[in-house]
Amino acid sequence: MKFLVATILTALLAFIAGLFSFSPWWGFAITSLLVAVLVHQKAGKAFLAGFTGVFLLWGGLAWWIDMSNNSVLSAKIANVLPLGGNTIYLILVTGFIGGLVAGMSALSGSYLRSSGHHR
Amino acid sequence: MRVVPFIISAVFSSALIVGLNKQWGSIPPMGKFLHPQYGFWQNAEPSSQSFDADLSIEDLKGNANVYLDERLVPHVFAENDEDLYFIQGYLHAKFRLFQMDLQTKAAEGRASEIAGEKAINYDKEQRRLGMRFAAENAMKEIEKEAAYKKLFDAYTNGVNTYINSLTESSVPLEYKLLNFQPEKWTNLRTALLLKMMAKMLSSGTEKDLDYTNAKAIFLPDQLKKLYPQVPDSLLPIIPKGTAFEKPGIIPVPPANADSLYINNTESVVANEISKPDINNGSNNWVVAGSKTQSGVPILSNDPHLELSLPSIWYEIQLQTPSSNTYGVSLPGSPFIIIGFNDSIAWGVTNSQRDVKDYYDIKFKDDKTKEEYWFNGEWQKSSLRVETIKVKGGDDVLDTVAYTVFGPVMFDKSHPDTIKGNRNLAVRWTAHDPSNEAITFYKLNRASNYDEYVEAIKSFECPGQNFVFASKSGDIAIWQQGNFPARWDRQGLFVMPGADSSFMWQGFIPQEENPHIKNPARGFLESANQRPADSTYPYFIPGSYISARAITIENYLKDMNAITPDDMMKLQNNYFNTLAEDVRPILLKYIREGDLSSTEKKYLDIFRNWDLMASPDSKGQTIYQCWFDSLEVGIWKDDLTRSNPMAPWPEEQTTMEWLKRDSAFSFIDDITTPEVETIYDIVTAALKKASVNLAKNEMEGKLEWSKFKDPTIYHLLKTALPAFARTGLHVGGNGNIINAVTHSHGPSWRMIVQMSTPTEAYGVYPGGQSGNPGSKFYDDYIDNWVNGKYFKLWYMREGDRLDKNIKWTMKFKKA
Repeated sequence: MKFLVATILTALLAFIAGLFSFSPWWGFAITSLLVAVLVHQKAGKAFLAGFTGVFLLWGGLAWWIDMSNNSVLSAKIANVLPLGGNTIYLILVTGFIGGLVAGMSALSGSYLRSSGHHR
Repeated sequence: MRVVPFIISAVFSSALIVGLNKQWGSIPPMGKFLHPQYGFWQNAEPSSQSFDADLSIEDLKGNANVYLDERLVPHVFAENDEDLYFIQGYLHAKFRLFQMDLQTKAAEGRASEIAGEKAINYDKEQRRLGMRFAAENAMKEIEKEAAYKKLFDAYTNGVNTYINSLTESSVPLEYKLLNFQPEKWTNLRTALLLKMMAKMLSSGTEKDLDYTNAKAIFLPDQLKKLYPQVPDSLLPIIPKGTAFEKPGIIPVPPANADSLYINNTESVVANEISKPDINNGSNNWVVAGSKTQSGVPILSNDPHLELSLPSIWYEIQLQTPSSNTYGVSLPGSPFIIIGFNDSIAWGVTNSQRDVKDYYDIKFKDDKTKEEYWFNGEWQKSSLRVETIKVKGGDDVLDTVAYTVFGPVMFDKSHPDTIKGNRNLAVRWTAHDPSNEAITFYKLNRASNYDEYVEAIKSFECPGQNFVFASKSGDIAIWQQGNFPARWDRQGLFVMPGADSSFMWQGFIPQEENPHIKNPARGFLESANQRPADSTYPYFIPGSYISARAITIENYLKDMNAITPDDMMKLQNNYFNTLAEDVRPILLKYIREGDLSSTEKKYLDIFRNWDLMASPDSKGQTIYQCWFDSLEVGIWKDDLTRSNPMAPWPEEQTTMEWLKRDSAFSFIDDITTPEVETIYDIVTAALKKASVNLAKNEMEGKLEWSKFKDPTIYHLLKTALPAFARTGLHVGGNGNIINAVTHSHGPSWRMIVQMSTPTEAYGVYPGGQSGNPGSKFYDDYIDNWVNGKYFKLWYMREGDRLDKNIKWTMKFKKA
């Protein structure tokens, strides 16, 4: 349950952080860290929740954008980046990069809250 | 808190973010780039994107509406001129911002700010050619008259209003890829864009440096034959037999012209890095009502330029209560450049005239360049220190000396190839103060022949052939520009610059520029050929191209009851006029007995070829390879006697010479002991070409379109192959009416029938949106390839509810 809450909250706050143009692109790293502090889980689970939340958010957004664009742009970018023109890979790479940043931030958040071995 | 793991993971997270925030070589900052709410995904335009908008803008004088049709062509309805050009600027920026920004930065010599150190020499050359100097001089002229200045101000305001509305997520894709920011627009940048066009069309039309090297090895008489001023086969713009007035100015060569200039055999080692494409040319023609089915004139134009995505052109209609004009504009400049209104239509081709000369300069000290020898004393040069900012590197400083002639383009510090003590100053009409743009403001509003003449007469550089048709039935053509009045061979070669005796003595009076109205034959055409035959009383060198004009004229003179559809077919015609002349020569001198079976096969295909450079033609590929080898066989040994080599004679010249005299001395290969004949050279050329042809045939590339691989690159060329359209199934060549080469050709095809209502058609190889993530990025290309056109919708006041309107942008005064 905690895992699910953390995942959804991470995705939600990351999305909101991305709506504000004054916030830098990595605003979601802060929110992901905060979620891990508020909804405390063990390090591994915290990482996974952070990763999953933003992986799904970024991958989902990219997939949705790509659908309504008929892959006009992703087909080009997947050739600019060394992905052999594969638009699915591009969506997965997008999700992975976002997920990695969020997961690492959540990991930090978990350690920040954690009081050692006795909890 | 678990301190150590926290520190480790926090440091790692931060490092990850920093790493993803940084540009690595040509890889953009990946974190931001991939972020679906900031990065490139934001440029992926939904296919159902609406372009409706409600904008409230302080700078407007009144309200205005922009009606976008299904091809995304804006029909701008404004209450006054200022709002009209404000909105044109806004739309150019909205759909083509990166293009405008890049082109003007490149024009000014600031490409290194984007591309890094590989562009430094390009930037130096732009500055040494005085591109910014030219734009500043134009600005002085533009800002002289308040009534015109405010139009440019309004345009600039419109561009900047759009730039100010951009957010990190909405900047064009290329900024995200290259990791830089759009720069504010200024009137100077508009002037720079127009000077970029001036360079494109009037800087590559001289071969002074090359001819100087030819002069080092050939006698004056040989030069005249190798590089003739008037080809035998010329069909000039002004029909032969037209009488010219007595010249208003008769330039006189200096007494020492022969000894110091004509007979001076010193060669010159200097190369332009970004010499404009020799194929920058165009076709235009107009037929009178007497030759058309409708009984009214039809005007056609297709300017040939480097093809790019986005296209150099942006289609637009501009309407106020006092004017209504449709056509194509140049993003970066207000006004419509080629188009029509309710009364007239006009088009342009390049004049190809030589308006740029070089002078030898002697500095007192080559290092400081502070003083140069002129009229018997040391004169102070004006030094301009150019600072070139380089992405990822230190600034580069370059000092350019300005003389009475103009900037010293080549000297010891640039480029590295120049040897000896030659410093070359450039005299170029593009440096002279003038306001070319205003010609288009007036043309957009002209309603008859007199107003057309009035509009174009102040147009100085680049010289253009303005073709004209009116609803009242007039057809006309003017070759317009400010052209130096030269004595025989003045400016063909580098000239002495020690005094004023070799300077231009004046300009050809504007009213003596070649022109003609309503000829009896009922049609006019220009296709970059020499404007007039040898009876024109001035010496007018240039880089003329003869073949296309011959083809066009041969068709037009036989055509009657012409329809717009006939004109479309003619613009897409593939007939190879030069090959028609060359084929009998090749077939006459080929020694068939010496050929292998493969060579014989190619010969047979060539023999039976229909002379069309169509996309699937094998004959055209064989012809081109054979003729290219033949030119090498005839000329290379002679031209390379000079170092650097002398320029190639025109293909037209080679053909005419072979026709006239197949035993001329250059046939012999001087590098061999034997004396070669035309039979030897023609046969050897086919054998050599066949090696290349066989290789291409193995790769399945013997068909012409596969051989030349027509490609439309993104503005960043080969750096972004994924944004290009390659392998287009289209034929043609530079000397064919449909002048498509590998990446160059008809950049806009337009046909206007002056009926009521006007019937107009057009297409360009691109799309209205510069965004590679939009379906409007390249949606016209297939039609362009297939020779199909769009009917141009000339919207009127009463059409505001028409079903052609797909979206409306409402501009309200705030």
